[in-house]
Amino acid sequence: MALYQYLRGRKIAGVLDLIPAYSSLSVVYDLAALIKKNPAQSVYAMMESQLQEAVRFVEIQTVTVSNKVTIPVCYDLSLAPDLSELAALHQLTIEEVIQLHTAPTYRVYMIGFLPGFAYMGSVAERIRTARKSSPRTKVPAGSVGIAGEQTGIYPLDSPGGWQLIGQTPLPLFDATRTDPCLLQPGDEVKFCSISLTEYHQLKKT
Amino acid sequence: MSIQVIKAGILDTVQDAGRYGYQQLGINPGGVMDRTAMRMANALVGNEAGAPVIEMHFPAAEMLFEETMLVALSGADFSPRINGEETPVHKPVCVRKGAILSFGKQLKGARTYLAVKGGWKADNWLHSYSTHLTVKAGGQAGRALGKTDRLFPQQLQPYGLLNKESIFEALPWQAAVSAFYQERSLRMIQGYEFDTLTPAAKEILFSSSFTISRESNRMGYRLQGPPLLTTQTTELISTAVTRGTLQLLPDGQLIVLMADHQTTGGYPRVGHLISADLASLAQKNAGEPFSVSVVSVQEAENILHRQEMDLQQLQNACNFRLAQYLLGV
Repeated sequence: MALYQYLRGRKIAGVLDLIPAYSSLSVVYDLAALIKKNPAQSVYAMMESQLQEAVRFVEIQTVTVSNKVTIPVCYDLSLAPDLSELAALHQLTIEEVIQLHTAPTYRVYMIGFLPGFAYMGSVAERIRTARKSSPRTKVPAGSVGIAGEQTGIYPLDSPGGWQLIGQTPLPLFDATRTDPCLLQPGDEVKFCSISLTEYHQLKKT
Repeated sequence: MSIQVIKAGILDTVQDAGRYGYQQLGINPGGVMDRTAMRMANALVGNEAGAPVIEMHFPAAEMLFEETMLVALSGADFSPRINGEETPVHKPVCVRKGAILSFGKQLKGARTYLAVKGGWKADNWLHSYSTHLTVKAGGQAGRALGKTDRLFPQQLQPYGLLNKESIFEALPWQAAVSAFYQERSLRMIQGYEFDTLTPAAKEILFSSSFTISRESNRMGYRLQGPPLLTTQTTELISTAVTRGTLQLLPDGQLIVLMADHQTTGGYPRVGHLISADLASLAQKNAGEPFSVSVVSVQEAENILHRQEMDLQQLQNACNFRLAQYLLGV
């Protein structure tokens, strides 16, 4: 993450995309354009040496959190098709599950699968639950789910296999915004529990 | 002033070279499947290489010219016709107002590209005109072209046909594109998890023929071939994937990621098809076989370098011929 933030600031010529994930950073570069500029060199070797240089400059401790985001989530059973089953599986009450899900500050490790789908961790051990054995064909946008030690929110209606425990009224993705995604890699996220009435009010605004 | 869709095709979208700089947000680059064809079609009408084009699958749309325009088709050959009369691919064609473009048979390839002089006008989303179907943004209102849709050139320049009687005129040169497409054998570099394949699986990978299955689209091609075994079955932590990545599914079959791929994935990446061969793959249809060979990163760069020089030369020649021609008219 530190390397990602450092490289984003540096803007290396020819780099098209920087994609952070849990334990990797992928660099997508415009090979054709770079070859044209450096016909006598190996572009891969050149890129590798620039990245190694960057790694030397970056210290793991230098992660700067881009944003702290609080996301309201309604855990009402009408919006949480897997909540009762998940609570029963772990021998917890629904209130305990909500408490365990809202307590931690999560980090966005990666965005993938869909535009704006943030993979966050880590979920409290007592509520970690494997994906559903057969995915749903349609999960509504805003659904908050758990998959193992990850938690995430579906930004768009889509098929999906995560255990659904609530819904947020906030739009995670909106193509008409300048920044279409609410969350960025590296963000810190907290969930707060809201009532069904509050959910409907927020959904309207 | 425009071209109007009078019969929709199966999947016709406005695309350009793709949307980069947003993959960290899960927004995939998209763009044309066959970049060589986009560049050729644009070069034939004197456009910048990355001007928006219409990417069409078969059966493709039927379109009415509501203005006289200079256009070109490149990529697949769907036996294009203008008012029923055959018209060539890989050539600039001046089409008169009132003419109808239609397609007969899928003779060769999987995707054809229609460029217009000046480039098509389209919605720009995050610095690209490419249609993003999932989020419904970019291109023509973020969706595939439908009946009655109208597309306009970014700037309309008046053209005259030499013969006052003809409905269309193909200009007297053609881009020789066949050298840019590999027929049977595609090349890859090793992926990060290449060595999770067993020695026997590696041998199978490079000695077998793989067929593109019907479950193939702009996101990726599923391949059918002998199953490949790995030495370890541990689940991988998700990481970024890209166009051309060969992922190994749990059943031992391969999938190649294409333009609309997801930005991250958790399957072993046994290889990446080289950039120079992606246009060839984009023109393959379900049922077509091909084999895979491995090259080093340096070889892959050298192959692309040569291809880029040849493409550039052809683009320059097209631009030059057109400029000369327009001066003469």
